[in-house]
Amino acid sequence: MFKWLEKNLPKIVMAPAVGLIGWFVYGFVLWTLYISFTNSKILPKYELWGFGQYEKLWASRKWLISVDNLLVFTALFLIFCIVIGIILAIFLDQKIRAEGVLRTIYLYPMALSFIVTGTAWKWILNPTLGIQKMFIDWGFENFTFDWLVNREMAIYTIVIAGVWQSAGFVMALFLAGLRSVEDEIVKAAKIDGAGLFTVYWKILLPMMRPVFFTSFVILVHISIKSYDLIVALTQGGPGISTTMPALFMTQAAFHKSQVGLSAASAMMMFMAVAAVIIPYLYSELRRENAR
Amino acid sequence: MQDNYQSSSYKELEQKSKYTNMFLRWFLYFVLILFASYFIFPLYVMVVTSLKTMEEIRQGTLLTWPSSINFDSWLVAWGGRGYGAGDTFLRPYFWNSIKMVVPAVFFSTFIGAMTGYVLTKWRFKGDQWVFLFLLFGCFIPFQAILLPMARTLGTLGISNSVVGLVLVHTVYGIPFTTLFFRNYYISVPTELVKAARIDGAGFFKIFFKILLPISAPIIVVTVIWQFTQIWNDFLFGSTFSFGEAAPIQVALNNMVLSSTSVKEYNVDMASAIIAGIPTLIVYVLAGKYFIRGLTSGAVKG
Repeated sequence: MFKWLEKNLPKIVMAPAVGLIGWFVYGFVLWTLYISFTNSKILPKYELWGFGQYEKLWASRKWLISVDNLLVFTALFLIFCIVIGIILAIFLDQKIRAEGVLRTIYLYPMALSFIVTGTAWKWILNPTLGIQKMFIDWGFENFTFDWLVNREMAIYTIVIAGVWQSAGFVMALFLAGLRSVEDEIVKAAKIDGAGLFTVYWKILLPMMRPVFFTSFVILVHISIKSYDLIVALTQGGPGISTTMPALFMTQAAFHKSQVGLSAASAMMMFMAVAAVIIPYLYSELRRENAR
Repeated sequence: MQDNYQSSSYKELEQKSKYTNMFLRWFLYFVLILFASYFIFPLYVMVVTSLKTMEEIRQGTLLTWPSSINFDSWLVAWGGRGYGAGDTFLRPYFWNSIKMVVPAVFFSTFIGAMTGYVLTKWRFKGDQWVFLFLLFGCFIPFQAILLPMARTLGTLGISNSVVGLVLVHTVYGIPFTTLFFRNYYISVPTELVKAARIDGAGFFKIFFKILLPISAPIIVVTVIWQFTQIWNDFLFGSTFSFGEAAPIQVALNNMVLSSTSVKEYNVDMASAIIAGIPTLIVYVLAGKYFIRGLTSGAVKG
Protein backbone atom coordinates (compact mmCIF):
# COMPACT_ATOMS: atom_id res chain seq x y z
CA MET A 1 0.00 0.00 0.00
CA PHE A 2 2.70 2.44 1.02
CA LYS A 3 4.82 1.41 -1.93
CA TRP A 4 1.93 1.95 -4.30
CA LEU A 5 1.34 5.38 -2.84
CA GLU A 6 4.96 6.31 -3.22
CA LYS A 7 5.10 5.09 -6.78
CA ASN A 8 1.98 6.93 -7.83
CA LEU A 9 2.47 10.07 -5.77
CA PRO A 10 3.26 12.28 -8.79
CA LYS A 11 0.05 11.23 -10.51
CA ILE A 12 -1.97 11.72 -7.34
CA VAL A 13 -0.57 15.25 -6.98
CA MET A 14 -1.47 15.99 -10.56
CA ALA A 15 -4.96 14.54 -10.25
CA PRO A 16 -6.71 17.68 -8.93
CA ALA A 17 -5.63 19.76 -11.92
CA VAL A 18 -6.58 17.09 -14.46
CA GLY A 19 -9.84 16.32 -12.68
CA LEU A 20 -10.89 19.95 -12.33
CA ILE A 21 -10.05 20.83 -15.93
CA GLY A 22 -11.64 17.62 -17.20
CA TRP A 23 -14.87 18.38 -15.40
CA PHE A 24 -15.07 22.18 -15.56
CA VAL A 25 -13.69 22.64 -19.06
CA TYR A 26 -14.28 19.52 -21.14
CA GLY A 27 -17.35 18.28 -19.29
CA PHE A 28 -18.95 21.70 -19.33
CA VAL A 29 -18.25 22.32 -23.00
CA LEU A 30 -19.80 18.95 -23.85
CA TRP A 31 -22.83 19.79 -21.71
CA THR A 32 -23.24 23.11 -23.53
CA LEU A 33 -22.87 21.30 -26.85
CA TYR A 34 -25.58 18.83 -25.87
CA ILE A 35 -27.93 21.57 -24.67
CA SER A 36 -27.46 23.40 -27.98
CA PHE A 37 -29.21 20.44 -29.63
CA THR A 38 -32.24 20.62 -27.32
CA ASN A 39 -35.23 22.90 -27.16
CA SER A 40 -34.29 24.35 -23.75
CA LYS A 41 -35.94 27.60 -22.71
CA ILE A 42 -35.82 28.73 -19.06
CA LEU A 43 -34.46 25.42 -17.81
CA PRO A 44 -32.36 22.86 -19.66
CA LYS A 45 -34.32 20.01 -21.21
CA TYR A 46 -32.60 16.84 -22.24
CA GLU A 47 -34.65 15.55 -25.19
CA LEU A 48 -32.72 16.07 -28.40
CA TRP A 49 -34.22 18.51 -30.86
CA GLY A 50 -31.67 18.54 -33.69
CA PHE A 51 -30.25 21.65 -35.24
CA GLY A 52 -33.25 23.84 -34.46
CA GLN A 53 -31.35 26.26 -32.25
CA TYR A 54 -28.67 26.79 -34.88
CA GLU A 55 -31.32 27.48 -37.50
CA LYS A 56 -32.98 29.94 -35.15
CA LEU A 57 -29.62 31.53 -34.41
CA TRP A 58 -28.67 32.16 -38.02
CA ALA A 59 -32.15 33.45 -38.76
CA SER A 60 -31.95 35.94 -35.92
CA ARG A 61 -31.31 39.51 -37.01
CA LYS A 62 -29.60 40.29 -33.73
CA TRP A 63 -27.14 37.42 -34.15
CA LEU A 64 -26.35 38.46 -37.71
CA ILE A 65 -25.68 42.01 -36.51
CA SER A 66 -23.48 40.58 -33.76
CA VAL A 67 -21.41 38.60 -36.23
CA ASP A 68 -21.20 41.55 -38.58
CA ASN A 69 -19.99 43.80 -35.74
CA LEU A 70 -17.49 41.20 -34.67
CA LEU A 71 -16.01 41.05 -38.17
CA VAL A 72 -15.75 44.84 -38.46
CA PHE A 73 -14.32 45.17 -34.97
CA THR A 74 -11.81 42.32 -35.40
CA ALA A 75 -10.52 43.66 -38.72
CA LEU A 76 -9.98 47.22 -37.46
CA PHE A 77 -8.75 46.14 -34.06
CA LEU A 78 -6.15 43.85 -35.68
CA ILE A 79 -4.95 46.39 -38.23
CA PHE A 80 -4.60 49.30 -35.82
CA CYS A 81 -3.07 47.29 -32.98
CA ILE A 82 -0.48 45.68 -35.24
CA VAL A 83 0.41 48.82 -37.20
CA ILE A 84 0.70 51.00 -34.09
CA GLY A 85 2.50 48.22 -32.22
CA ILE A 86 5.08 47.79 -34.98
CA ILE A 87 5.67 51.52 -35.42
CA LEU A 88 6.19 52.01 -31.71
CA ALA A 89 8.45 48.96 -31.44
CA ILE A 90 10.67 50.01 -34.35
CA PHE A 91 10.90 53.61 -33.18
CA LEU A 92 11.67 52.57 -29.62
CA ASP A 93 14.39 50.31 -30.96
CA GLN A 94 16.47 53.34 -32.16
CA LYS A 95 18.32 53.89 -28.87
CA ILE A 96 15.73 56.33 -27.65
CA ARG A 97 16.22 58.40 -24.55
CA ALA A 98 13.70 57.64 -21.78
CA GLU A 99 12.71 54.39 -23.49
CA GLY A 100 11.67 52.89 -20.17
CA VAL A 101 9.25 55.71 -19.41
CA LEU A 102 7.70 55.57 -22.89
CA ARG A 103 7.32 51.80 -22.71
CA THR A 104 5.61 52.09 -19.36
CA ILE A 105 3.18 54.64 -20.79
CA TYR A 106 2.36 52.54 -23.86
CA LEU A 107 1.69 49.41 -21.85
CA TYR A 108 -0.09 50.58 -18.71
CA PRO A 109 -3.61 50.26 -20.20
CA MET A 110 -3.03 46.48 -20.20
CA ALA A 111 -3.07 46.60 -16.38
CA LEU A 112 -6.53 48.16 -16.30
CA SER A 113 -9.78 46.25 -16.59
CA PHE A 114 -11.98 46.75 -19.63
CA ILE A 115 -14.61 48.16 -17.30
CA VAL A 116 -12.25 50.92 -16.15
CA THR A 117 -11.20 51.54 -19.75
CA GLY A 118 -14.80 51.63 -20.89
CA THR A 119 -15.81 54.01 -18.11
CA ALA A 120 -12.99 56.41 -18.96
CA TRP A 121 -13.63 56.41 -22.70
CA LYS A 122 -17.37 56.72 -22.21
CA TRP A 123 -16.72 59.97 -20.40
CA ILE A 124 -14.20 61.20 -22.98
CA LEU A 125 -16.57 60.42 -25.85
CA ASN A 126 -19.57 61.89 -24.02
CA PRO A 127 -21.32 63.93 -26.73
CA THR A 128 -22.19 66.91 -24.58
CA LEU A 129 -19.30 67.28 -22.14
CA GLY A 130 -16.46 65.29 -23.72
CA ILE A 131 -14.19 65.81 -26.72
CA GLN A 132 -16.93 67.58 -28.65
CA LYS A 133 -17.19 70.31 -26.00
CA MET A 134 -13.43 70.60 -25.86
CA PHE A 135 -13.20 71.44 -29.55
CA ILE A 136 -16.20 73.77 -29.46
CA ASP A 137 -14.65 75.67 -26.55
CA TRP A 138 -11.42 75.90 -28.52
CA GLY A 139 -13.34 77.75 -31.22
CA PHE A 140 -14.39 75.00 -33.65
CA GLU A 141 -18.03 75.91 -33.24
CA ASN A 142 -19.48 73.38 -35.65
CA PHE A 143 -17.43 70.48 -34.39
CA THR A 144 -19.54 67.40 -33.72
CA PHE A 145 -18.35 64.08 -32.36
CA ASP A 146 -21.31 61.96 -31.39
CA TRP A 147 -20.06 58.49 -32.34
CA LEU A 148 -21.07 57.05 -28.98
CA VAL A 149 -24.77 57.72 -29.61
CA ASN A 150 -24.67 57.31 -33.39
CA ARG A 151 -25.89 53.94 -34.63
CA GLU A 152 -23.55 53.95 -37.60
CA MET A 153 -20.44 55.02 -35.74
CA ALA A 154 -20.79 53.56 -32.23
CA ILE A 155 -18.90 50.39 -33.14
CA TYR A 156 -15.82 52.51 -33.92
CA THR A 157 -15.75 53.89 -30.38
CA ILE A 158 -15.22 50.32 -29.22
CA VAL A 159 -12.34 50.05 -31.68
CA ILE A 160 -10.78 53.27 -30.31
CA ALA A 161 -10.93 52.05 -26.72
CA GLY A 162 -9.89 48.49 -27.61
CA VAL A 163 -6.86 49.65 -29.58
CA TRP A 164 -5.91 51.98 -26.75
CA GLN A 165 -5.94 49.02 -24.39
CA SER A 166 -4.07 46.47 -26.50
CA ALA A 167 -1.70 48.25 -28.93
CA GLY A 168 1.03 48.59 -26.30
CA PHE A 169 0.97 44.87 -25.84
CA VAL A 170 1.71 44.25 -29.53
CA MET A 171 4.53 46.79 -29.16
CA ALA A 172 5.99 44.74 -26.29
CA LEU A 173 5.82 41.53 -28.34
CA PHE A 174 7.54 43.08 -31.36
CA LEU A 175 10.15 44.91 -29.30
CA ALA A 176 11.08 41.61 -27.65
CA GLY A 177 11.24 40.01 -31.10
CA LEU A 178 13.44 42.76 -32.58
CA ARG A 179 15.78 42.66 -29.61
CA SER A 180 16.30 38.93 -30.00
CA VAL A 181 17.74 39.35 -33.53
CA GLU A 182 21.53 39.06 -33.66
CA ASP A 183 23.28 42.41 -34.14
CA GLU A 184 25.53 40.86 -36.79
CA ILE A 185 22.66 40.45 -39.22
CA VAL A 186 21.85 44.14 -39.11
CA LYS A 187 25.52 45.12 -39.27
CA ALA A 188 26.16 42.92 -42.28
CA ALA A 189 23.20 44.41 -44.11
CA LYS A 190 24.40 47.95 -43.34
CA ILE A 191 27.88 47.16 -44.67
CA ASP A 192 26.21 45.98 -47.86
CA GLY A 193 24.76 49.47 -48.10
CA ALA A 194 21.21 48.85 -46.96
CA GLY A 195 19.46 51.84 -45.38
CA LEU A 196 17.61 51.64 -42.13
CA PHE A 197 14.27 51.41 -43.90
CA THR A 198 15.46 48.50 -46.07
CA VAL A 199 16.92 46.73 -43.06
CA TYR A 200 13.54 46.76 -41.34
CA TRP A 201 11.32 46.22 -44.33
CA LYS A 202 13.36 43.57 -46.10
CA ILE A 203 15.16 41.80 -43.28
CA LEU A 204 13.81 42.33 -39.78
CA LEU A 205 10.05 42.40 -40.35
CA PRO A 206 10.06 39.19 -42.42
CA MET A 207 11.99 37.60 -39.55
CA MET A 208 9.17 38.59 -37.21
CA ARG A 209 6.75 36.17 -38.81
CA PRO A 210 6.20 34.18 -35.58
CA VAL A 211 5.51 37.42 -33.71
CA PHE A 212 2.93 38.42 -36.32
CA PHE A 213 1.34 35.03 -35.91
CA THR A 214 1.25 35.24 -32.12
CA SER A 215 -0.17 38.77 -32.16
CA PHE A 216 -2.79 37.75 -34.68
CA VAL A 217 -3.94 34.80 -32.60
CA ILE A 218 -4.03 36.74 -29.34
CA LEU A 219 -5.84 39.74 -30.81
CA VAL A 220 -8.45 37.61 -32.59
CA HIS A 221 -8.93 35.73 -29.35
CA ILE A 222 -9.44 38.97 -27.42
CA SER A 223 -11.89 40.29 -29.97
CA ILE A 224 -14.04 37.14 -30.16
CA LYS A 225 -14.35 37.23 -26.39
CA SER A 226 -14.95 40.97 -26.10
CA TYR A 227 -17.71 41.52 -23.64
CA ASP A 228 -16.68 43.80 -20.76
CA LEU A 229 -15.67 46.70 -22.97
CA ILE A 230 -18.99 46.73 -24.80
CA VAL A 231 -20.95 46.47 -21.57
CA ALA A 232 -19.08 49.41 -20.09
CA LEU A 233 -19.03 51.57 -23.21
CA THR A 234 -22.32 51.07 -25.07
CA GLN A 235 -24.25 48.12 -23.57
CA GLY A 236 -24.64 47.00 -27.15
CA GLY A 237 -26.45 50.21 -28.09
CA PRO A 238 -27.68 52.53 -29.41
CA GLY A 239 -30.43 49.98 -30.02
CA ILE A 240 -28.56 46.80 -30.84
CA SER A 241 -26.05 48.48 -33.16
CA THR A 242 -22.94 47.44 -31.20
CA THR A 243 -24.02 44.04 -29.93
CA MET A 244 -21.51 41.20 -30.28
CA PRO A 245 -21.65 37.39 -29.91
CA ALA A 246 -20.46 37.34 -26.28
CA LEU A 247 -23.14 39.87 -25.35
CA PHE A 248 -25.76 37.97 -27.35
CA MET A 249 -24.88 34.78 -25.49
CA THR A 250 -25.16 36.16 -21.95
CA GLN A 251 -28.35 38.05 -22.73
CA ALA A 252 -30.02 34.99 -24.23
CA ALA A 253 -28.90 32.82 -21.31
CA PHE A 254 -29.56 35.02 -18.33
CA HIS A 255 -32.10 37.65 -19.37
CA LYS A 256 -34.25 36.10 -22.06
CA SER A 257 -34.59 32.48 -20.92
CA GLN A 258 -33.34 31.12 -24.23
CA VAL A 259 -30.94 28.57 -22.78
CA GLY A 260 -30.81 26.41 -25.92
CA LEU A 261 -30.23 29.36 -28.21
CA SER A 262 -27.52 30.78 -25.98
CA ALA A 263 -25.79 27.38 -25.90
CA ALA A 264 -25.83 27.35 -29.70
CA SER A 265 -24.30 30.82 -29.84
CA ALA A 266 -21.65 29.79 -27.29
CA MET A 267 -20.75 26.81 -29.45
CA MET A 268 -20.38 29.05 -32.49
CA MET A 269 -17.93 31.19 -30.51
CA PHE A 270 -16.14 28.07 -29.36
CA MET A 271 -15.71 26.90 -32.93
CA ALA A 272 -14.47 30.29 -34.08
CA VAL A 273 -11.82 30.28 -31.36
CA ALA A 274 -10.88 26.68 -32.11
CA ALA A 275 -10.41 27.49 -35.79
CA VAL A 276 -7.74 30.03 -34.82
CA ILE A 277 -6.19 28.28 -31.84
CA ILE A 278 -5.75 24.70 -33.05
CA PRO A 279 -3.41 25.59 -35.95
CA TYR A 280 -1.56 27.89 -33.55
CA LEU A 281 -1.10 25.22 -30.87
CA TYR A 282 -0.09 22.74 -33.53
CA SER A 283 2.63 24.97 -34.93
CA GLU A 284 3.83 25.98 -31.46
CA LEU A 285 4.18 22.37 -30.39
CA ARG A 286 5.99 21.50 -33.59
CA ARG A 287 8.40 24.36 -32.98
CA GLU A 288 9.00 23.16 -29.45
CA ASN A 289 9.62 19.60 -30.54
CA ALA A 290 11.98 20.77 -33.26
CA ARG A 291 14.11 22.56 -30.70
CA MET B 1 43.67 72.75 -54.20
CA GLN B 2 42.15 69.65 -55.58
CA ASP B 3 42.48 67.98 -52.21
CA ASN B 4 40.99 70.91 -50.46
CA TYR B 5 37.96 70.95 -52.71
CA GLN B 6 37.35 67.27 -52.23
CA SER B 7 37.56 67.37 -48.49
CA SER B 8 35.16 70.28 -48.24
CA SER B 9 32.62 68.50 -50.42
CA TYR B 10 32.96 65.44 -48.23
CA LYS B 11 32.36 67.62 -45.20
CA GLU B 12 29.32 69.11 -46.84
CA LEU B 13 27.95 65.68 -47.47
CA GLU B 14 28.58 64.66 -43.92
CA GLN B 15 26.93 67.85 -42.73
CA LYS B 16 23.92 67.12 -44.90
CA SER B 17 23.48 63.60 -43.61
CA LYS B 18 23.83 64.99 -40.12
CA TYR B 19 20.89 67.29 -40.80
CA THR B 20 18.78 64.48 -42.22
CA ASN B 21 19.69 62.40 -39.23
CA MET B 22 18.73 65.17 -36.88
CA PHE B 23 15.49 65.66 -38.71
CA LEU B 24 14.80 61.92 -38.46
CA ARG B 25 15.55 61.97 -34.75
CA TRP B 26 13.13 64.82 -34.18
CA PHE B 27 10.49 63.04 -36.25
CA LEU B 28 11.06 59.88 -34.21
CA TYR B 29 10.59 61.67 -30.92
CA PHE B 30 7.61 63.57 -32.28
CA VAL B 31 5.78 60.37 -33.22
CA LEU B 32 6.70 58.62 -29.98
CA ILE B 33 5.47 61.54 -27.89
CA LEU B 34 2.32 61.86 -29.98
CA PHE B 35 1.41 58.27 -29.21
CA ALA B 36 2.43 58.69 -25.59
CA SER B 37 -0.11 61.48 -25.30
CA TYR B 38 -2.81 59.28 -26.85
CA PHE B 39 -2.07 56.66 -24.21
CA ILE B 40 -1.76 59.06 -21.29
CA PHE B 41 -4.77 61.20 -22.25
CA PRO B 42 -7.52 59.03 -20.66
CA LEU B 43 -5.60 58.67 -17.41
CA TYR B 44 -5.04 62.42 -17.26
CA VAL B 45 -8.72 63.08 -17.97
CA MET B 46 -9.79 60.59 -15.31
CA VAL B 47 -7.61 62.11 -12.62
CA VAL B 48 -8.44 65.71 -13.49
CA THR B 49 -12.17 65.04 -13.74
CA SER B 50 -12.22 63.24 -10.40
CA LEU B 51 -10.73 66.30 -8.72
CA LYS B 52 -13.22 68.82 -10.11
CA THR B 53 -16.68 69.78 -8.88
CA MET B 54 -19.63 69.14 -11.23
CA GLU B 55 -19.92 72.90 -11.69
CA GLU B 56 -16.34 73.09 -12.92
CA ILE B 57 -16.86 70.08 -15.20
CA ARG B 58 -19.75 71.81 -16.95
CA GLN B 59 -17.81 75.04 -17.41
CA GLY B 60 -14.39 73.76 -18.44
CA THR B 61 -13.21 71.16 -20.95
CA LEU B 62 -11.74 67.70 -20.49
CA LEU B 63 -8.26 69.13 -20.23
CA THR B 64 -8.84 72.06 -17.88
CA TRP B 65 -6.85 71.81 -14.70
CA PRO B 66 -9.06 71.89 -11.56
CA SER B 67 -9.12 75.23 -9.78
CA SER B 68 -8.55 73.50 -6.46
CA ILE B 69 -7.57 69.95 -5.60
CA ASN B 70 -10.70 68.46 -4.15
CA PHE B 71 -10.94 64.83 -3.06
CA ASP B 72 -14.66 64.94 -2.22
CA SER B 73 -15.70 62.71 -5.10
CA TRP B 74 -13.09 60.15 -4.05
CA LEU B 75 -14.62 60.07 -0.58
CA VAL B 76 -18.10 59.70 -2.05
CA ALA B 77 -16.94 56.92 -4.41
CA TRP B 78 -15.26 55.06 -1.59
CA GLY B 79 -17.63 55.59 1.33
CA GLY B 80 -20.88 57.00 -0.03
CA ARG B 81 -22.86 60.00 1.12
CA GLY B 82 -24.12 58.47 4.31
CA TYR B 83 -27.79 58.09 3.46
CA GLY B 84 -29.44 54.71 3.38
CA ALA B 85 -31.03 53.05 0.37
CA GLY B 86 -29.64 53.69 -3.07
CA ASP B 87 -26.33 54.94 -1.75
CA THR B 88 -23.84 52.73 -3.58
CA PHE B 89 -20.15 53.07 -2.94
CA LEU B 90 -17.13 50.90 -3.53
CA ARG B 91 -15.72 50.08 -0.10
CA PRO B 92 -17.60 46.78 0.55
CA TYR B 93 -17.02 45.58 -3.01
CA PHE B 94 -13.34 46.43 -2.82
CA TRP B 95 -13.10 44.07 0.16
CA ASN B 96 -15.13 41.45 -1.71
CA SER B 97 -12.51 41.55 -4.44
CA ILE B 98 -9.67 41.23 -1.93
CA LYS B 99 -11.40 38.26 -0.27
CA MET B 100 -11.84 36.70 -3.70
CA VAL B 101 -8.39 37.44 -5.11
CA VAL B 102 -6.18 36.27 -2.24
CA PRO B 103 -7.40 32.65 -1.92
CA ALA B 104 -7.98 32.24 -5.67
CA VAL B 105 -4.44 33.38 -6.48
CA PHE B 106 -2.99 31.17 -3.75
CA PHE B 107 -4.82 27.98 -4.73
CA SER B 108 -4.34 28.33 -8.46
CA THR B 109 -0.64 29.13 -8.07
CA PHE B 110 -0.08 26.20 -5.74
CA ILE B 111 -1.89 23.70 -7.96
CA GLY B 112 -0.07 25.06 -11.03
CA ALA B 113 3.32 24.73 -9.33
CA MET B 114 2.66 21.13 -8.34
CA THR B 115 1.32 20.16 -11.74
CA GLY B 116 4.18 21.88 -13.54
CA TYR B 117 6.63 20.06 -11.28
CA VAL B 118 5.15 16.65 -12.06
CA LEU B 119 4.94 17.34 -15.78
CA THR B 120 8.63 18.21 -16.03
CA LYS B 121 10.44 16.28 -13.30
CA TRP B 122 8.36 13.12 -12.91
CA ARG B 123 7.73 12.49 -16.54
CA PHE B 124 5.59 9.56 -17.55
CA LYS B 125 4.25 8.14 -20.76
CA GLY B 126 1.77 10.54 -22.31
CA ASP B 127 2.70 13.51 -20.12
CA GLN B 128 2.77 15.72 -23.20
CA TRP B 129 -0.84 14.86 -23.87
CA VAL B 130 -1.76 15.75 -20.30
CA PHE B 131 -0.05 19.11 -20.79
CA LEU B 132 -1.92 19.72 -24.03
CA PHE B 133 -5.14 18.68 -22.31
CA LEU B 134 -4.58 21.32 -19.62
CA LEU B 135 -3.23 23.94 -22.04
CA PHE B 136 -6.39 23.93 -24.11
CA GLY B 137 -8.17 25.33 -21.06
CA CYS B 138 -6.33 28.64 -21.65
CA PHE B 139 -8.18 29.19 -24.88
CA ILE B 140 -11.80 28.27 -24.42
CA PRO B 141 -14.23 31.15 -24.67
CA PHE B 142 -15.84 31.21 -21.25
CA GLN B 143 -19.27 31.58 -22.80
CA ALA B 144 -19.11 27.83 -23.47
CA ILE B 145 -19.00 27.06 -19.73
CA LEU B 146 -21.18 29.81 -18.24
CA LEU B 147 -24.47 27.90 -18.26
CA PRO B 148 -23.27 24.69 -16.60
CA MET B 149 -21.12 26.70 -14.18
CA ALA B 150 -24.13 28.70 -13.03
CA ARG B 151 -26.04 25.47 -12.40
CA THR B 152 -23.11 23.85 -10.61
CA LEU B 153 -22.65 26.81 -8.30
CA GLY B 154 -26.37 26.66 -7.55
CA THR B 155 -26.21 22.94 -6.77
CA LEU B 156 -23.24 23.47 -4.48
CA GLY B 157 -25.11 26.30 -2.75
CA ILE B 158 -22.37 28.84 -3.44
CA SER B 159 -23.91 30.89 -6.20
CA ASN B 160 -23.77 34.62 -5.56
CA SER B 161 -20.99 34.27 -3.02
CA VAL B 162 -17.32 35.09 -2.78
CA VAL B 163 -16.61 31.38 -2.22
CA GLY B 164 -18.20 30.54 -5.55
CA LEU B 165 -16.05 33.09 -7.35
CA VAL B 166 -12.92 31.76 -5.64
CA LEU B 167 -13.75 28.31 -7.02
CA VAL B 168 -14.38 29.64 -10.54
CA HIS B 169 -11.19 31.69 -10.66
CA THR B 170 -9.08 28.90 -9.17
CA VAL B 171 -10.29 26.37 -11.73
CA TYR B 172 -9.93 28.57 -14.80
CA GLY B 173 -6.56 29.85 -13.61
CA ILE B 174 -5.01 26.38 -13.47
CA PRO B 175 -4.21 26.10 -17.20
CA PHE B 176 -2.23 29.37 -17.04
CA THR B 177 -0.41 28.68 -13.78
CA THR B 178 0.49 25.20 -15.02
CA LEU B 179 1.78 26.67 -18.28
CA PHE B 180 3.97 29.18 -16.41
CA PHE B 181 5.50 26.65 -14.01
CA ARG B 182 5.90 23.94 -16.60
CA ASN B 183 7.81 26.26 -18.94
CA TYR B 184 9.99 27.43 -16.07
CA TYR B 185 10.78 24.03 -14.58
CA ILE B 186 11.56 22.49 -17.94
CA SER B 187 14.75 24.57 -18.05
CA VAL B 188 15.88 23.34 -14.61
CA PRO B 189 18.40 20.52 -15.19
CA THR B 190 16.80 17.15 -14.46
CA GLU B 191 20.21 15.88 -13.22
CA LEU B 192 19.65 17.84 -10.01
CA VAL B 193 16.45 15.93 -9.36
CA LYS B 194 17.98 12.58 -10.34
CA ALA B 195 20.91 13.08 -7.97
CA ALA B 196 18.54 13.97 -5.14
CA ARG B 197 16.50 10.86 -5.86
CA ILE B 198 19.57 8.67 -5.65
CA ASP B 199 20.32 10.29 -2.30
CA GLY B 200 16.90 9.10 -1.20
CA ALA B 201 14.99 12.39 -1.29
CA GLY B 202 11.27 11.91 -1.84
CA PHE B 203 8.75 13.69 -4.05
CA PHE B 204 7.95 16.57 -1.70
CA LYS B 205 11.43 16.95 -0.33
CA ILE B 206 12.80 17.47 -3.84
CA PHE B 207 10.13 20.06 -4.53
CA PHE B 208 10.62 22.05 -1.34
CA LYS B 209 14.43 21.74 -1.11
CA ILE B 210 15.46 22.01 -4.75
CA LEU B 211 12.76 23.58 -6.90
CA LEU B 212 10.95 25.93 -4.58
CA PRO B 213 14.07 27.90 -3.55
CA ILE B 214 14.77 28.79 -7.19
CA SER B 215 11.14 29.48 -8.10
CA ALA B 216 10.86 33.06 -6.85
CA PRO B 217 10.80 34.71 -10.32
CA ILE B 218 8.12 32.45 -11.74
CA ILE B 219 6.03 32.70 -8.57
CA VAL B 220 6.12 36.49 -8.90
CA VAL B 221 5.12 36.29 -12.58
CA THR B 222 2.29 33.86 -11.83
CA VAL B 223 0.95 35.76 -8.83
CA ILE B 224 0.95 39.05 -10.73
CA TRP B 225 -0.73 37.48 -13.74
CA GLN B 226 -3.42 35.78 -11.68
CA PHE B 227 -3.96 38.84 -9.52
CA THR B 228 -4.44 41.09 -12.54
CA GLN B 229 -6.74 38.64 -14.32
CA ILE B 230 -8.94 37.99 -11.31
CA TRP B 231 -9.06 41.57 -10.10
CA ASN B 232 -10.04 42.77 -13.57
CA ASP B 233 -12.55 40.02 -14.29
CA PHE B 234 -16.05 41.14 -15.12
CA LEU B 235 -17.66 38.22 -16.97
CA PHE B 236 -17.61 35.76 -14.06
CA GLY B 237 -18.28 38.42 -11.47
CA SER B 238 -21.33 39.78 -13.27
CA THR B 239 -22.70 36.34 -14.20
CA PHE B 240 -22.29 34.56 -10.88
CA SER B 241 -22.82 37.34 -8.37
CA PHE B 242 -24.98 40.38 -7.84
CA GLY B 243 -25.91 42.65 -4.98
CA GLU B 244 -23.71 42.43 -1.94
CA ALA B 245 -21.40 39.64 -3.08
CA ALA B 246 -20.29 41.43 -6.25
CA PRO B 247 -16.60 42.14 -6.86
CA ILE B 248 -15.39 45.67 -7.53
CA GLN B 249 -15.56 45.71 -11.36
CA VAL B 250 -19.22 44.73 -11.23
CA ALA B 251 -19.91 47.38 -8.61
CA LEU B 252 -18.09 50.01 -10.66
CA ASN B 253 -20.14 49.17 -13.71
CA ASN B 254 -23.38 49.30 -11.71
CA MET B 255 -22.43 52.65 -10.21
CA VAL B 256 -21.62 54.18 -13.58
CA LEU B 257 -24.72 52.80 -15.27
CA SER B 258 -27.19 53.65 -12.50
CA SER B 259 -29.53 56.29 -13.81
CA THR B 260 -31.28 57.09 -10.57
CA SER B 261 -29.91 60.57 -10.02
CA VAL B 262 -28.04 63.30 -11.85
CA LYS B 263 -24.85 61.94 -13.40
CA GLU B 264 -21.81 62.78 -11.37
CA TYR B 265 -18.90 62.25 -13.69
CA ASN B 266 -16.36 63.22 -11.06
CA VAL B 267 -17.57 60.39 -8.79
CA ASP B 268 -17.59 57.99 -11.77
CA MET B 269 -13.98 58.82 -12.57
CA ALA B 270 -12.90 58.56 -8.93
CA SER B 271 -14.58 55.12 -8.78
CA ALA B 272 -12.83 54.00 -11.95
CA ILE B 273 -9.47 55.07 -10.53
CA ILE B 274 -10.13 53.26 -7.25
CA ALA B 275 -11.03 50.08 -9.17
CA GLY B 276 -7.89 50.39 -11.28
CA ILE B 277 -5.35 51.45 -8.69
CA PRO B 278 -4.34 48.02 -7.27
CA THR B 279 -3.37 46.60 -10.65
CA LEU B 280 -1.73 49.88 -11.71
CA ILE B 281 0.43 49.84 -8.58
CA VAL B 282 1.47 46.27 -9.28
CA TYR B 283 2.30 47.24 -12.85
CA VAL B 284 4.41 50.21 -11.85
CA LEU B 285 6.24 48.35 -9.09
CA ALA B 286 6.83 45.09 -10.94
CA GLY B 287 6.50 45.98 -14.60
CA LYS B 288 9.21 43.57 -15.67
CA TYR B 289 7.40 40.56 -14.24
CA PHE B 290 4.08 41.85 -15.47
CA ILE B 291 5.36 41.97 -19.04
CA ARG B 292 6.98 38.58 -18.77
CA GLY B 293 3.68 37.06 -17.70
CA LEU B 294 1.89 38.92 -20.45
CA THR B 295 4.13 37.61 -23.20
CA SER B 296 4.11 34.01 -22.01
CA GLY B 297 0.50 33.73 -20.86
CA ALA B 298 -0.86 36.15 -23.36
CA VAL B 299 -3.27 33.70 -24.84
CA LYS B 300 -6.02 34.68 -22.44
CA GLY B 301 -6.08 38.34 -23.41
